[in-house]
Amino acid sequence: MALLEVNGLVKHFVAQRSLLGRALAHVKAVDGVSFSLQAGKTLALVGESGCGKSTVSRLVLRLIEPDAGMIRFDGRDLLALDAGALRAFRREAQIIFQDPYASLNPRMTVGQILTEPLALHDLVPPARRAGRVAELLRLVGLEPRLARRYPHEFSGGQRQRIAIARALAVEPKLIICDEPVSALDVSIRSQILNLLRELQDRLGLAYIFVSHDLAVVKHIADHVAVMNLGQIVETAEADALFAAPRHPYSRALLSAIPLPQPKAKRTTVLLEGEIPSALNPPSGCRFHTRCPFVIERCRNEAPALLADRTGHATACHRTAELPSADAILPTAGGFSPALAKLVAAFSRKTEGGNPAGVVRQGTTSTTM
Amino acid sequence: MSASPLIEIRDLRIRFHGDDGRITHAVDSVDLSVANGATLGLVGESGCGKSVTSLAIMGLLPKQSAEISGAIRFDGFDLLTTPDQTLRDLRGNRLAMIFQEPMTSLNPSFTIGDQIIETILRHRGGSRKSARERAIELLRRVHIPSPERRIDDYPHKLSGGMRQRVMIAMALACDPRLLIADEPTTALDVTLQAQILELMRELKAASGAAIILITHDLGVVAEVCDEVAVMYAGEIVERAPVDELFSAPQHPYTVGLLGSIPRLDHRAEQLATIEGMVPNMAQPPAGCRFAPRCPFVLDACTRAPPPLVEVSVGHLSRCIRTPLELLVS
Repeated sequence: MALLEVNGLVKHFVAQRSLLGRALAHVKAVDGVSFSLQAGKTLALVGESGCGKSTVSRLVLRLIEPDAGMIRFDGRDLLALDAGALRAFRREAQIIFQDPYASLNPRMTVGQILTEPLALHDLVPPARRAGRVAELLRLVGLEPRLARRYPHEFSGGQRQRIAIARALAVEPKLIICDEPVSALDVSIRSQILNLLRELQDRLGLAYIFVSHDLAVVKHIADHVAVMNLGQIVETAEADALFAAPRHPYSRALLSAIPLPQPKAKRTTVLLEGEIPSALNPPSGCRFHTRCPFVIERCRNEAPALLADRTGHATACHRTAELPSADAILPTAGGFSPALAKLVAAFSRKTEGGNPAGVVRQGTTSTTM
Repeated sequence: MSASPLIEIRDLRIRFHGDDGRITHAVDSVDLSVANGATLGLVGESGCGKSVTSLAIMGLLPKQSAEISGAIRFDGFDLLTTPDQTLRDLRGNRLAMIFQEPMTSLNPSFTIGDQIIETILRHRGGSRKSARERAIELLRRVHIPSPERRIDDYPHKLSGGMRQRVMIAMALACDPRLLIADEPTTALDVTLQAQILELMRELKAASGAAIILITHDLGVVAEVCDEVAVMYAGEIVERAPVDELFSAPQHPYTVGLLGSIPRLDHRAEQLATIEGMVPNMAQPPAGCRFAPRCPFVLDACTRAPPPLVEVSVGHLSRCIRTPLELLVS
């Protein structure tokens, strides 16, 4: 059974009201989104600004209430939970935000930040909380003595580690990572990505990874859903999607990413025009205004998200007729043997050290 | 390299004097040159000094707190000793800059037309009518649809990608010889980034301007630059033609950076990580500034700062262990 099942999720925000408070215009932020996620796996939600990916992640946690749809977590109907049950559910699903500067309370020490969820859910008896905080810090590769410090004393990467430790404090099954590395420098980004993967392997976490960066997604995701204007346009196993993207929008996204490979031979699909507003999405297929393969039918009739036998689903009338995507795929790059060895010297340094060498403790002391 | 470069930076040093009397070494002994029509990528992570270098070129650093030495020769001027009045004639004219944040770099209380026209009138003179025509033409060149209507729009009516196009149009208003683009696509979505990068390539081919592109994105560098300078902790640690930098980097920091980016073109099980942190620039380390984080470090590295030496023609590295290939063979 899937850990998380989402069906027909809809969220429209009121963008404008009349004098009497009647809604005049809606932003169709999420418009019929369905997916499922297995325990211990990573689903990436990919798309550009305003595609609804962050709204989906907040709906899944019920930080905002959906207008329609169904969310099942571990077999329970999330939308039917009362306040108490919802709080218990939040123990099992956590979120990490993009901006590590805004997501930690500047007036609390790291120790207090990490103790709060332990106390709130009464997970660890007070006498043992300091020990658990130390464990959590070690788990994310920080030294336990840092618990006495305040967030401003840390760099962006370290703050993101603290945010991850806070999410881990309640031993969740699912963590939603909303652009967790977008605000970080390149070398710090790789540390956090490695940490997230390592924690997943060791703790069996499931991730919903919200990102606009397909290279990062390729690195971390098992399953990918590409979103455009509130809808999923393509979803598949990550390997299948990156090997042969089908939807014209997925192809455009993939080909738009600059490759760190000078003189890389591939065709770039340049989309014309701007991203349409979710306030008034185009009729028919919502991608038709920017699609290089548009035909008359696309303007009038919205395509359904149809899966083939392998589970690779695409919402495009012309899926069967589109040319092969080979031309837009990056040619296999990679390092020369010498460079690969030099790069490996940087990876080797982390192996065996923290946090990989730390065994998770304290799980037995939890009370429910 | 051509006979005389368009811009030549010699031994640029920038120090900031903080209120508390602390001195931060933001940029140290930077040497750079860009030939006419070439694109130089200036790469590095937050705080490495790449933006400060570009602000020094533009003469935009605060005079009270920034202590600048060295020389920046551009078009017969030394920009560091040029009087403000002359600098104002150069900026927006032969020297232009595009900033990262298209949302804040336009004045919200004037139409985009007013802002482009102001630049043209300031540097080129002529009638308002002809300046307006030129502004419309510029907006068309950066592919803004129906420019004759758009010119009277206020910035808030435009999307991020459109605003960045307006910024580019404004930068190009007086046919600059040198364009500095500071993270011009970082705030944009990928499909818009691709459009803007394509536009920059197109404009470079048409105008022959030299470009200094400041970015942290090695993919962007690979796509648009001819030459790359990698900065770390205020210094240039490596400079090379773009192909060579990606195929045979000669500074460990560059190697670490290349290994740490997730890539579409091959999958690494584990990304490389550069352990540790950038040094505190109030007290830079005595030897190589990357030594505390370098897997190839020797005792000698921590004793004296390594010089920037030529490893092969046009390929410079500030590392005493070059050529790096020998370390792993």
